[in-house]
Amino acid sequence: MSDLLRLATAGSVDDGKSTLVGRLLYDTKSVLADTLDAVHRASADRGLATPDLSLLVDGLRSEREQGITIDVAYRYFATPKRSFVLADTPGHVQYTRNTVTGASTAQLAVLLVDARKGVIEQTRRHAAVLALLGVPRLVLAVNKIDLVDYDEVTFSRIAKEFTAHATALGYTEDAVVEIPVSALAGDNVVEKSANTPWYSGPTLLEHLETVPVEPDPHDAPFRFPVQYVIRPRTAEHLDYRGYAGLVAAGTVKPGDEIVVLPSGRRSTVTKIDTADGELAEAAAGQSVTLLLADDIDISRGDLISVAGNEPKVTDELDATLCWLAEKPLRAGARVLVKHGTRTVQAMVTELRDRFDEQRLSSVDSPATLELNEIGRVALRLAEEVPLDDYSFSRRTGSFLVIDASDGSTLAAGLVGAPLPLLENGVESCTEGGENAAPDTHALVSPGP
Amino acid sequence: MTTATLDTLGRLESEAIHIFREVAGEFDRPVILFSGGKDSTLLLHLAIKAFYPAPVPFPLLHVDTGHNFDEVIEFRDRVVAQHGLRLEVAKVQDWIDDGRLQERPDGTRNPLQTVPLLDTITAHKFDAVFGGGRRDEERARAKERIFSLRTAFGQWDPKRQRPELWNLYNGRHRPGEHVRVFPLSNWTELDVWNYIEREGVELPDIYYAHEREVFLRDGMWLAEGPWGTAREGETLVRKTVRYRTVGDGSCTGAVESDAADIHAVIAEVAASRLTERGATRADDRLSEAAMEDRKREGYF
Ligand SMILES: Nc1nc2c(ncn2[C@@H]2O[C@H](COP(=O)(O)OP(=O)(O)O)[C@@H](O)[C@H]2O)c(=O)[nH]1
Ligand SMILES: [Mg+2]
Repeated sequence: MSDLLRLATAGSVDDGKSTLVGRLLYDTKSVLADTLDAVHRASADRGLATPDLSLLVDGLRSEREQGITIDVAYRYFATPKRSFVLADTPGHVQYTRNTVTGASTAQLAVLLVDARKGVIEQTRRHAAVLALLGVPRLVLAVNKIDLVDYDEVTFSRIAKEFTAHATALGYTEDAVVEIPVSALAGDNVVEKSANTPWYSGPTLLEHLETVPVEPDPHDAPFRFPVQYVIRPRTAEHLDYRGYAGLVAAGTVKPGDEIVVLPSGRRSTVTKIDTADGELAEAAAGQSVTLLLADDIDISRGDLISVAGNEPKVTDELDATLCWLAEKPLRAGARVLVKHGTRTVQAMVTELRDRFDEQRLSSVDSPATLELNEIGRVALRLAEEVPLDDYSFSRRTGSFLVIDASDGSTLAAGLVGAPLPLLENGVESCTEGGENAAPDTHALVSPGP
Repeated sequence: MTTATLDTLGRLESEAIHIFREVAGEFDRPVILFSGGKDSTLLLHLAIKAFYPAPVPFPLLHVDTGHNFDEVIEFRDRVVAQHGLRLEVAKVQDWIDDGRLQERPDGTRNPLQTVPLLDTITAHKFDAVFGGGRRDEERARAKERIFSLRTAFGQWDPKRQRPELWNLYNGRHRPGEHVRVFPLSNWTELDVWNYIEREGVELPDIYYAHEREVFLRDGMWLAEGPWGTAREGETLVRKTVRYRTVGDGSCTGAVESDAADIHAVIAEVAASRLTERGATRADDRLSEAAMEDRKREGYF
């Protein structure tokens, strides 16, 4: 079992995300005495009878003043079973970009709802964003269950409604787990609650400790964006020329035939080097340096791929964007696209459709894509670039859209249409025609 | 030859190396903040591994408060010489001498580091500045991105941070702006010690238990030095102590400890009920938002 789980919270403002994270940290004894003292003092200063556990994560002055989360907080905690990297994200619609930040690398998301309100607009929006970004597993935490008298019927109704929505987004039933909790009182967070005798499932922590984490598939074709060329030019290493990078997908061994993209030049890996010595094999996630048999022109921005199973090299990009900027996107916009280690100029040639995450349908040819909207676009790139679908790999199928004038990040980009819905919406009013790639579903809820 | 499988430390190392290489590939004038303390020593260790067998393609910068522990400065200079690195030192004293800064009434020089740091960044046109900050250190740090954009005035605006998606870092900035880069963002204090043990990284001796004359102030064991000594009502006593962090001597406290080697330190950190900064840094105790305020002004 993996020893690390990366997770993110999601859900509307005031649903209790920060309190839940505080509760998890508190009940797993991950909060050290001086930090706890500070929270006790701050809570007393605010006239509260019990410590406000959200103060453990809402670390900015304006967050504490307003009692809300504005930006992602990263927290680290461990139990004897696992280590956790937790991103607590804000709930306000205007801060959705920070939710996207927290979710882009998450292996699981805890989506909260307020038991009194049930599934609301923001729940549906966040579920769609999580599905789009390929977060493989969800927990629906039906929070504030204390405020509905620990009522089973309320819980079941919300769980059922959410499951239907998640299924429509492509999640299989075993990828979604619903848990009734009270972040404030601690019910079913770490300790099983006596107030919910009708609930026989795991507590939140039990689930987090045992949920399967999908490893990087070892049989995926090898992908290696070149970050930097290492040329020591010292007497000892006069002819050394190594290509430094992080394996984005698959594995590599000395002797493997590779192709450099976009140039298409071929060679053979002679050595996988690290400061700790040579490796017999390197796998996804590892930072290494590759040495090749032939002296060919390779520089930062190139992609080294296994020969025979290469990504398509193209200057036309069909992608899904999660628009994160205040100023709306219009067709004709000139932007920069950062994909892997390469940044190229690009033009948005067409806004194909906008995803309506409330009705799970899409709207054809919108005039704009506004802040926090998701849509499919066509981009023309100034150079040819090797592209994998996002459904193949979160690492090689993702890109940033950047404003060339001020450098800000405008959008999260995903190659292809990772949400099957965007291709085949339930009430879709798109042109239809193209079918969702058969493996897109596999990304959202991968098998064991 | 071995086939490494990535455990937690392997993943953290791999991520840090990736970050160093991204900066080397995209920036013109990066610099590593290096004080000789444990986080910056770890930072340098990772930078060396990232570019092996080539030399580290960045110089180092130390903002020297003048309130240092001799052992640390000696260590700093030894490491720099050993690896053939270039070290730039910005001395707070120089800024005080020519009037650009004034000594504070409480004698602490930690907050005075910001101006020399920003002046040096501007003078050398550094565009990427590596720091050893970790998100587990403090609540405001927990909010910071790995690539953190600073204005031409060096300021951090926590409300306007860029989204940081996947492992794609956006380091674009306008002339005069720079980016602070934190390769250790996702490390905890325990990860740092476990890694130091695994890699056999050498640290200044003061991180391990030793005897020292100290006095108690505001609940912290301070040593005497160029920053002053015990005041009325405070008495110097000889104790067995070690340091968990190393900063300005006037506000960095020692902890009572018998942990004389790395194994004992790891056991102690794992069992500690106090955070690293809470145990040892007076500067963070000033207010609920002390760190955030200093960071907004351009601090590390
Ligand atoms: N009664 C009750 N109140 C809760 C519960 N969880 C959170 N709250 C309260 O709901 C409010 C919002 O919580 P917070 O954690 O800041 O929500 P966030 O915006 O989702 O991070 C605070 O006043 C909490 O004390 C719960 O389980 N039961
Ligand atoms: Mg919150």
